[in-house]
Amino acid sequence: MSQHAFFILSSYAVTGLVMAGLIVRAVLDHRAQTRALAELEARGIGRRSRRG
Amino acid sequence: MIRELANPTRFMSLSGRLLPWVAGLATLLLVAGLYMVWFQAPADYQQGETVKIMYLHVPAAWLSLFFYVIMTSSALGTLVWRHPLADVSQKAAAPIGAAFTLICLVTGSLWGKPMWGTYWQWDARLTSMLVMLLIYLGILALWRAIEEPNRAARAVSILTLVGAVNVPIVKFSVDWWNTLHQPASVFRLGGPTIHTSMLIPLLVMAVAFTLVGVALHLAGMRTEILRRRVRTLTILEAERLDAQAA
Repeated sequence: MSQHAFFILSSYAVTGLVMAGLIVRAVLDHRAQTRALAELEARGIGRRSRRG
Repeated sequence: MIRELANPTRFMSLSGRLLPWVAGLATLLLVAGLYMVWFQAPADYQQGETVKIMYLHVPAAWLSLFFYVIMTSSALGTLVWRHPLADVSQKAAAPIGAAFTLICLVTGSLWGKPMWGTYWQWDARLTSMLVMLLIYLGILALWRAIEEPNRAARAVSILTLVGAVNVPIVKFSVDWWNTLHQPASVFRLGGPTIHTSMLIPLLVMAVAFTLVGVALHLAGMRTEILRRRVRTLTILEAERLDAQAA
């Protein structure tokens, strides 16, 4: 393990970072759109959202 | 079923119920897979412990192709059947596919250095996978370049269908050309060549990665539907303000 630890651990670190980035991006983007929709609806624009 | 899901409101309701289960199962399988990889799977007799990179690299490669196939189906849905959720699916799939392609290339490079003595080689498999990443990035750039969603969807669909030519090239590059990359060892005629002590953790990790991808895709589609509602309502608000000012 120690001989190639750098390559193995780097692989897991990069994969973890990229997947965490995807998850964080998905959560933040969803929150931003939900907030924007709520603000528009609060101003009385359009129909009520029927989110599931 | 497809007809029912064609309604975005119906899709939001169904996906809202499904998403926590898919995400939960993905987490459980990821924990189980990582436990098997780090505490049960043996070292390879030639590659030693570097074989642990395989459990990330191979599922990421599969998912890179999997999401491109989803995007190709969605592109057909947009251009041929004009399915209302097809371009939503296509747009949500692109960043996920690009991320798994990046993971595949980086982990492959980190695996190549200790095994082949080089981080990179311009062989057919590696090059076609790099082309796959560039196609994904091109698609993401095109989505950003065209503001109107329907026009963007049609342009991206055409680019996606053109790029689909690369999918069989990636898959069969190791058979068509003499490559440094090893040939297929799981999905091949004659069955897998990997011992079950390594094959089972690999399949568990592959299913876990797939479920993570599916959960992200569902979440991305839900967000995209919200984004389009926000866009529609913003335009409606602007029209109302214009009418009041006139």
